Amino acid sequence: MAWILVILPLLFGSLSLILRNHRIVWVLLLFGGILHSVITLWVWIRPIEGNSLVFLDPLGMLILTVTSALFLMVVFYSIGYLKNHKERSSLTVGCLFLFLAAMSLVSVSADMGLLWVAVEATTLASAPLIYFHKNHQSLEAAWKYLLICSVGIALALMGNIFLSYAGGDSIEGLYIPDLLQNANRLDPRWLKVAFILFLVGYGTKMGLAPLHSWLPDAHSEAPSMVSALLSGSLLNCAFLGILRAFGILRLSGLEEWGGNILILFGVSSLIMAALFLIQQTDFKRMLAYSSVEHMGILALGIGVGGLAGTGALLHLINHSLAKSFMFLVAGNILVFYQTKNIDSVTGLIQKTPKTAFLWMAGFLAIAGSPPFGLFMSEWIILKGLIDSEQWVLIIVYLLALFIVFASIAKYIISMTFSDSSPTVEESKGSFRRNEPLWMWVPPFLLASVTLILGLYVPQALLSFLSAIFPGMGGI
Amino acid sequence: MDDILLNLVVVIILLSNIRLLNTSRIPVMIVSVAIQGWVIGSLPLVLHWERFQLTLVFITLITVTIKGVILPRLLNRSMQQAGVIREEEPFVGPTSSLLIGLFLLSLSFWITSTLRSSLPEGLSFIPVLALFTVFNGLFLIVSRKKAITQVIGYLTLENGVYAFGAALAVDHPFLVELGVLLDVWVGVFIMGIAIYHINREFDHIDTDKLSTLKH
Repeated sequence: MAWILVILPLLFGSLSLILRNHRIVWVLLLFGGILHSVITLWVWIRPIEGNSLVFLDPLGMLILTVTSALFLMVVFYSIGYLKNHKERSSLTVGCLFLFLAAMSLVSVSADMGLLWVAVEATTLASAPLIYFHKNHQSLEAAWKYLLICSVGIALALMGNIFLSYAGGDSIEGLYIPDLLQNANRLDPRWLKVAFILFLVGYGTKMGLAPLHSWLPDAHSEAPSMVSALLSGSLLNCAFLGILRAFGILRLSGLEEWGGNILILFGVSSLIMAALFLIQQTDFKRMLAYSSVEHMGILALGIGVGGLAGTGALLHLINHSLAKSFMFLVAGNILVFYQTKNIDSVTGLIQKTPKTAFLWMAGFLAIAGSPPFGLFMSEWIILKGLIDSEQWVLIIVYLLALFIVFASIAKYIISMTFSDSSPTVEESKGSFRRNEPLWMWVPPFLLASVTLILGLYVPQALLSFLSAIFPGMGGI
Repeated sequence: MDDILLNLVVVIILLSNIRLLNTSRIPVMIVSVAIQGWVIGSLPLVLHWERFQLTLVFITLITVTIKGVILPRLLNRSMQQAGVIREEEPFVGPTSSLLIGLFLLSLSFWITSTLRSSLPEGLSFIPVLALFTVFNGLFLIVSRKKAITQVIGYLTLENGVYAFGAALAVDHPFLVELGVLLDVWVGVFIMGIAIYHINREFDHIDTDKLSTLKH
């Protein structure tokens, strides 16, 4: 049953690549996106049995649900977007489906080896999407993405080899429940090496500094709906690889050692992102660095554990929602202004009020201010940090969040409210731009969910999240 | 007999790595990486001769064909299409590369020595050489400019990972080795296409010219 989540998009993807007619392909995209999310919902209602290769545990379900929901929103956006790029519809939709198939496989993998194959598949499926615009910059971005992530993935494979060697004769294969059950029988020396390799390998893909160098390029050059998926779903999938390895490490009694390494990567990502955000000229790169920052927060929260761990998982949901809607809105701005330069975008509020409204809301969301969900989860992580009395970490965390807030505020406020006098051509026609439904409804829906999660976090969600890692602590 | 064969394998891996480091001629690099592919591809059979199985022979045949024949041919074709046969001005020249290579080799000895007590007997220097090959691949990727030499570096890295797999994870060979094959096969195939595009777009395959995207 769990295979359907993978096979369905695979089938739709192949169909879109074969049938080159753009109308048929759009229908396929709409139908496939809806079907995938319906099945995901169904799996929640009727839990299904796993087998030796695929299963659905709470952690996998979390990542799968986020991915499926975002994909559905991206579907609506893409159909509008692709109306202006009819000739690229077939390839784009095909790759989007293959990308979805690979990401679903990551979430349902019950075997570290299969998980690895799936993460590799996400790279290959998304590289053509980054090269969508077929110009120098996008080629450069796709090349960097392929090479850097392939190197990362090769190191993660070494992690798998070492992990299976750490199991020795007592554990057959890399079946995750088996590994968790027999975690204390793993040879700690090899397990440590394996964890570092997983962290470096999947961390490259997740964008943890200093391994993040591909991320700003790929996110800024890809078309916006792809950036939304890259940032909102792909980074989570890579993080899932790290979380699986960390789960094994926890049960083998190396939690503190592993946690400290995660904290190290988390802090370096926070600092690096904050520093790079101070001087940005490109608003999509700004969003990309903000992703690096949030990935740092996730690693930090999980590393500290306890309440901060629960907060980090909540933050994962919030970040995915907020960042993907920001990328979709950034895509609108790019369509209207034909530039990614922050200084060239002026007077959003006059020209495109709906987009401007969403852009401001998104700023509050990704900068982690109330009333949005990211404030809530960042607050819970802070509470977790205070509980564990990590004072240095608290100072770094707050300082980085403050710098990020101030820098993003500077850019977004100037883009939204700066005066813009109509140019000659503009004054001939209407100054206000037309904003079709596809441009603002999907981001609006995502923003609403983030807002709801900021106003009220259901207790059921919190207890679900805190149960993912045994003993992580609730609120 | 076994020992002689194993030592021969070790020496060939070492020499191919050194050759990769101290040459700037791309055809030579391709030949070196092909020879390395042959030797490392047949490693599972050499190491586990006594556990002779048909699947082992099968995997070895496929790996050697891909690593030793198909990929080098693909690289050769890319090279001819791009019209580059020399790595003109690498970030690190051949002589200094060789010195760094020696450093990497001793680093590999040092790292594996801390884990040696838990390594299986009779592997000889395979883990050391595997780690050296991995480091070597990483070094080639960061120190060379041309897209094609970076792909060769990536292949070297993959060879190293494969050698680790052959030495350590023979009990569950399938997933690991199929994984490597998928990786190499599809990864390099797509990189080949990318090289083709870079070549067509830029009239060169220097990746350091790919620097419009700065922070």
